[in-house]
Amino acid sequence: MPQSKVYLKFDWLTIFLFFALVAIGWVNIYSASLDESATTFFDLSQIYTKQLLFIVLSVLLIIFILAIDAKFYERFSSIIYIVSLLSLLGLFVFGKNINGATSWYGFGAFGLQPSEFAKAATALALAKYCSDLGVNIREFKHQIRAFIIIALPAILIVPQPDPGSALIYAAFIFPLYREGLHFVYLLLGFFAAALFVATLGLGVVWVALGVLLLGALIYLYNLKRNRKKPPLMRYIFIALACIGFAFSVNYIFENVFEQRHRDRFNIVLGKETDAKGIGYNTNQSEIAIGSGGWTGKGWTQGTQTKGNFVPEQHTDYIFSTVGEEWGFLGSLLVVVLFVALIVRILYLAERQKGTFARVYGYSVAAILFIHFFVNVGMVMGLFPTIGIPLPFFSYGGSSLWGFTILLFVFIRLDGGNYYYT
Amino acid sequence: MRKLLLLVVVMITGVVFAGRLFYLQVLDTSFEKLSENNAIKVEYDYPQRGYVYDRNGELLVSNQPSYDVMVIPREVKPLDTLEFCRLLKISKETFIEKMEKAWIYSPRIPQPLIAQLTKAEYASLSEKMYKFEGFYIQKRSLREYQVDHSANVLGYIREVDERIIKNNPDYIMGELIGKAGIEQAYEDVLRGVKGVKYIQKDRFNRDIGSYKDGIFDTIPERGKDIVLTIDAELQKYGEELFVNKRGGIVAIEPATGEILALVTAPNFDPGLLVGRERSKNFTKLYYDTIAKPLFDRGLQGEYSPGSPFKTLTGLIAMEEGVIDTKERIYCNHGYVYGRGRKLGCHSHYSPLAMTDGIAQSCNAYFCTAYRRAIEKYPTPQEGIDNWKKHLSSFGLGDYMGYDLPSGKKGLIPSSEFYNRWYEYPKYKWYATATISNAIGQGEVNLTPMQMANFTAAIANRGYWYRPHFIKNIKGVDTIPQEYTTRITTTIDPQHFEPVVQGMWDVYNKGTAANLRVPGIEICGKTGTAENFTRIEGQTVQLTDHSTFVAFAPKDNPKIAIAVFVENGYWGSRWAGKIASLMIEKYIKGEITRTDLEKYVLEGSLMEEYEKPLRGRPFPINDGKKISAKFLADLPKEDKPLQ
Repeated sequence: MPQSKVYLKFDWLTIFLFFALVAIGWVNIYSASLDESATTFFDLSQIYTKQLLFIVLSVLLIIFILAIDAKFYERFSSIIYIVSLLSLLGLFVFGKNINGATSWYGFGAFGLQPSEFAKAATALALAKYCSDLGVNIREFKHQIRAFIIIALPAILIVPQPDPGSALIYAAFIFPLYREGLHFVYLLLGFFAAALFVATLGLGVVWVALGVLLLGALIYLYNLKRNRKKPPLMRYIFIALACIGFAFSVNYIFENVFEQRHRDRFNIVLGKETDAKGIGYNTNQSEIAIGSGGWTGKGWTQGTQTKGNFVPEQHTDYIFSTVGEEWGFLGSLLVVVLFVALIVRILYLAERQKGTFARVYGYSVAAILFIHFFVNVGMVMGLFPTIGIPLPFFSYGGSSLWGFTILLFVFIRLDGGNYYYT
Repeated sequence: MRKLLLLVVVMITGVVFAGRLFYLQVLDTSFEKLSENNAIKVEYDYPQRGYVYDRNGELLVSNQPSYDVMVIPREVKPLDTLEFCRLLKISKETFIEKMEKAWIYSPRIPQPLIAQLTKAEYASLSEKMYKFEGFYIQKRSLREYQVDHSANVLGYIREVDERIIKNNPDYIMGELIGKAGIEQAYEDVLRGVKGVKYIQKDRFNRDIGSYKDGIFDTIPERGKDIVLTIDAELQKYGEELFVNKRGGIVAIEPATGEILALVTAPNFDPGLLVGRERSKNFTKLYYDTIAKPLFDRGLQGEYSPGSPFKTLTGLIAMEEGVIDTKERIYCNHGYVYGRGRKLGCHSHYSPLAMTDGIAQSCNAYFCTAYRRAIEKYPTPQEGIDNWKKHLSSFGLGDYMGYDLPSGKKGLIPSSEFYNRWYEYPKYKWYATATISNAIGQGEVNLTPMQMANFTAAIANRGYWYRPHFIKNIKGVDTIPQEYTTRITTTIDPQHFEPVVQGMWDVYNKGTAANLRVPGIEICGKTGTAENFTRIEGQTVQLTDHSTFVAFAPKDNPKIAIAVFVENGYWGSRWAGKIASLMIEKYIKGEITRTDLEKYVLEGSLMEEYEKPLRGRPFPINDGKKISAKFLADLPKEDKPLQ
């Protein structure tokens, strides 16, 4: 069969969505980093020129990824994962400190951030593990192993310190759930998150009282309704576990977190409203978005953007530029594009015949979703400030390439399935 | 189910985000303004305020530069407070207090710290300003008065207060606005248009260039000059004549309604309300509740018009056809009406017809005429309302519509007024109950402006123009149409001639015969108005007000004038003399009746004004001359402002 037919089977809709997001992203990076003093357009010291270079290189990367046989990714997934772990370990020795985090390998003016690539590697490893014939994720033994695969890179990333990037690994709970993980895990995770927020928001004493009161009410309800006496010890155990969790959260928050993390949580929980101080980023970002109105102020016309009021606007806060200069309609378009991309990937993942491609596809969708969810939520002032990039949008070579690899490996897997089976 | 979870979560997230975006960007508009304040600095360039000229082209008001030290509190960096205070000539405590106030008003809005420095103060300060971040100097233009009179006409400008800023988004803290007189009435014309520059700032508050290449920037537009109808020389002369007296003069050109002079006494130097002393001086003027220098007696004083009102009574009676020019009416030292009540009159020959009635100011004649005009109608209510209709056509009993922002309506009572007063229909009332109106006493109240206006209407034999101060707005070259529209009275023109003749006789054989000015045919009418005050809860009668209305020449009149002198006793004693002098001054440009001038310039009524304040009973209407010693003994702060 002629080679050219292979390419036609790639999911062109996904590829289109990818390029649409990259293009819109670059347009906004241009505006956010525009420096009137730049002499020529092709000035490599300009951020938007660099990003353009990264995009061109990512196209080469795409061609490379699509050219490789789909089987390669499955076969070499373990090796890729191990190399990725080693690259994270190597940071402790060779890492370059930028902005207080040792997350980069330095190559002259450019840096490479291995944690951006580790996501794809972990997704491959997890997909490989789940697709092993002997593995059933419903079994506790296999759950533990899957968790170790996920946790290893996260544990290596936390001390960089980059808790934001580590947080992304929570995304893998979605593919695991899809493969049969008990719903209780999701509930537990959700309940733990709720307790976490409640502890920080209301204080540990109120949470303890609330847990006891709620437990007592449920116990009394069951006592009335059931003929059999409910097991009191179990209730006490669960209540104590909850209170213990709350206390440990409080301890971690007060003793392990740094002040900047505490501040960020306090802002979002409404405990701090000091717009000039620690809430500055979020406040300025909200102002930028809010001032956009229906159609925005026009490209390169954003006053907040021009005045550099929003820090890190070309990286983590790039969405605020969209909000200010393109308004509600522009922002809505970006949200719709992201949702469409993730939904499309989920659709493609579901139609895979092999477990490997399906788990990998689910992982891609989940990782993109968590990035989108946390980043946009942060920029709009819904979540604490957690420094993670907006996929395909934020400035940065590592981030762009990391997501490109993540996505296009899946496109290759998706295309390959038709051809070989 | 497992297949759907992430899909549902993604969808929900999309909807929530869209909702949040919609709230931030579309529903909540507070962010738009915030962004403007944040990133855009607005710089203003204030234009020169328009000049003010009198009708002969004499410059009355021009400008002088002034410099405000402005502060943007949040941008203030630690500074050498002592040096700064020394430069500004303020104490450290004052500085701290002012900074605290500024913070409270707003940390980011520029506002004046020290307003209106002189050029000399500015010079010593400007070269050091770079040391003090967060402060800058804003140039403005302040008024410079070329004359020391007409303060009541010209008004003044002052800094806008928070109430103005709230109601009028055109103004921001530290800007100046016309607050009285011409400055307020023609604020929009005089102000011009301020120039605006938008400057994009970065988050370190540094200027990074013009916002959108300056497409929103504007250049200032100079305020338009205006020419007033006021004759500065006449105005000045009027104020001089009123030294040591209280009252007002209104002079109108009958043919146009142009106001030639509006004098109120006591007045003050308009220069007092300029610069840093403005507030102190204003307070002093404002709290002078005895002389009331800020009270424009020409526009705001409502007084019983007294005998000049008889001219109107006569006109109405003739128009109603209840009296003609030939009928003579007997006067037996007064007018007797119902149950032996009598309204007294002075000695004169009797009986009299219309023209002589005015010349001799016979009370009985006009009471008869008034009563007939009211009783012509079946009920006194209809009679009074018809009478009011005629008077309203002279602009009486309502705002005149002239172009100064202050004034009073006066009072022309209606049937409704008397019904309420007498509790009709419980008690009935008749024309005789209101008989005092006939001679300008009773319930009738007019402002000097209204008196001048009806005099102008009589001078014109039946029509008038809305009195106004604006003669021309340079560059526009029109004035509002309402000031060029002729208003006709309800009185037929033929009825005016006998009244005019009577007023001419006043000057030639009547109550003002000794005020004749050689070479000018003046028509006038004296007036003496009873008035009362309340002292410790008791109503006490004071010396009568002296009033006078006149116009000249008899044919093709050039000036119509109303003069009012508080407690000046009878009409020709003060008001008549002042009116004659004003007319001579305006028509001839010089004074031949120097005897009158001397009398008026040297005369004083200060003792008369002192009487009710002395706390013991006092004689009224004694016409005693005031000694120079009395004046010298007056406590200093009671000396009139000049």
